[in-house]
Amino acid sequence: MKTFILEGKGLIVKRGGVGVLDIPTFSLTQGARLALIGPNGAGKSTLLLTLAGLIKPAAGTISYQGQSLSDLFGYRRRIACVFQEPLLFDTTVHANIATGLKLRHSKANGIDRQVKLYAERFGILHLLQRSARKISGGEAQRTSLARAFALEPEIVFLDEPFASLDPPTREGLLEDLHRILNETSATAVLSTHDQEEALRLADEMAVMNAGRIVQTGRPEEIMNHPADEFVAGFVGTETVIPGTVTAARQGSLSVDIGCREIEAVGQATLGEKVLLCIRPENVTLATDDGHATSARNVFPATVAHIIPRGFYYKVELDAGCPLTAYVTRQSVEGLGLREGLTVIAAFKATAVHVIKSP
Amino acid sequence: MDLIIEGFIKAFQLLFTLDAEVLGITALSLKISGSATLVSLFIGISTGTIVALNEFPGKRLVISLINTGMGLPPVVVGLLVTIFLWRNGPLGYFEILYTPTAIIIAQTVIATPIITGISLAAMQNLPANLRLQILALGASRLQMVWILIKEARLPLLAAVMAGFGGVISEVGASIMVGGNIKGYTRVLTTATVMETGKGNFDIAIALSVILLLLAFMINAVLTHVQQRQRPR
Repeated sequence: MKTFILEGKGLIVKRGGVGVLDIPTFSLTQGARLALIGPNGAGKSTLLLTLAGLIKPAAGTISYQGQSLSDLFGYRRRIACVFQEPLLFDTTVHANIATGLKLRHSKANGIDRQVKLYAERFGILHLLQRSARKISGGEAQRTSLARAFALEPEIVFLDEPFASLDPPTREGLLEDLHRILNETSATAVLSTHDQEEALRLADEMAVMNAGRIVQTGRPEEIMNHPADEFVAGFVGTETVIPGTVTAARQGSLSVDIGCREIEAVGQATLGEKVLLCIRPENVTLATDDGHATSARNVFPATVAHIIPRGFYYKVELDAGCPLTAYVTRQSVEGLGLREGLTVIAAFKATAVHVIKSP
Repeated sequence: MDLIIEGFIKAFQLLFTLDAEVLGITALSLKISGSATLVSLFIGISTGTIVALNEFPGKRLVISLINTGMGLPPVVVGLLVTIFLWRNGPLGYFEILYTPTAIIIAQTVIATPIITGISLAAMQNLPANLRLQILALGASRLQMVWILIKEARLPLLAAVMAGFGGVISEVGASIMVGGNIKGYTRVLTTATVMETGKGNFDIAIALSVILLLLAFMINAVLTHVQQRQRPR
């Protein structure tokens, strides 16, 4: 039986009299990593801040470990929050990381130990005596994360923590945050508009639109089976398949997805859990296995559904795992595609996007 | 021309011989304006912070009133304080008109809106999410306010400078509520007015030079602190 660390009921948040959030029910499992994903203005940050006890809902209740939240101050001392901007104080990096611990009146030597531990984990140990105003954007966000994690919170709320970083900086920090989340047992709630961030950090996903949660589930469930057109349009149309790396040499990977091995290109180590993303336009279909091909992944699949999409058809396949292909009307007619037909599906190893799973 | 040159020579003689009366006036000016600035700082920063951090109906009106108060003419303040402290006035009972306390009250009324206005702007200029971040770190409301004040310390120093600069150089209110009584309520500005009226330009110049030096030194110190702490 799952234990919920945080539950919400009938949460309504209004801004200037207008409803901006309407969440009939919400639950967060102990130890879960939940990504709130959706476009700008979907209400991700509002929901996150409401759950963090920083926005007062107009209606509804939040319970923490089964108890209704009455002591907000006490609750806030068990959580931590990281925002899109680092929001550092005008002092040293050390004093910034120590802020929350000092507010809790921790002992000085304990504070110093904790600050150094988390500065090291986030790779900013060498910056401790520097002014927080004289470090780069990436270093500032690392400081902000270290300040939150140094409190060893029971739930950590991350509000678009990478949105204002440039791609290389973001990549390095994502990697480190992924590792630290695995090292600590904190429950985490992340808001992001970037599906790759969600896939890399979260094991649960909630897609939001216009102040509501429109779909929740495991990331690959949502991406392979979007509940509606909005979700499909937002999360993209890639097929996502979880697997385990069984061979890795020189960037060439073999990944066991249960029913077969998939060849892919990317950085991963042997035995690592990964998510494979395959875009439907990269999947080709054939009715005979006659000719040689450079595609490294060729296997039979059954046509499950053929859905017209205007200029092309979306063909959903069952190959032991779900797979989707986009083909033209000419191909559908030329190959005589129909539901139930067995075809040969093929895609190149380079067409597989490999994401390390949380 | 001779008048001016002689005036300057006499002024520097007064300064360098540390004339007792001039020193006394200077010390009193510093004491009165310093006290008024301190009281205004306390009221101004608290009021500015409260207005900045809370949403309430009529907030814009309150901010407009504070901003208007920043340009309050000292003579108007002098008049109002005189009326209040007048023997038959609402606060006449205290019998403090024509005392240093009366000048401190008048100067506090002048400096408070200036410091409130600048503090308010300083608090409003902090990032919107900073308050939430501080609360999320586990701060009580009081701890949050204290951290915010520390974060706004550079513009708050500007508030101190503006407040002190406003009252040390003010003459209208001081003369009205203090009466320019020798050795009791005579400050640099009121003495300068009087000496100029009497044609004693040398003393008037000496007093003006001191006034300028004081204003310069205090602002130089505060500017130094402010620039040293400024992020580069």
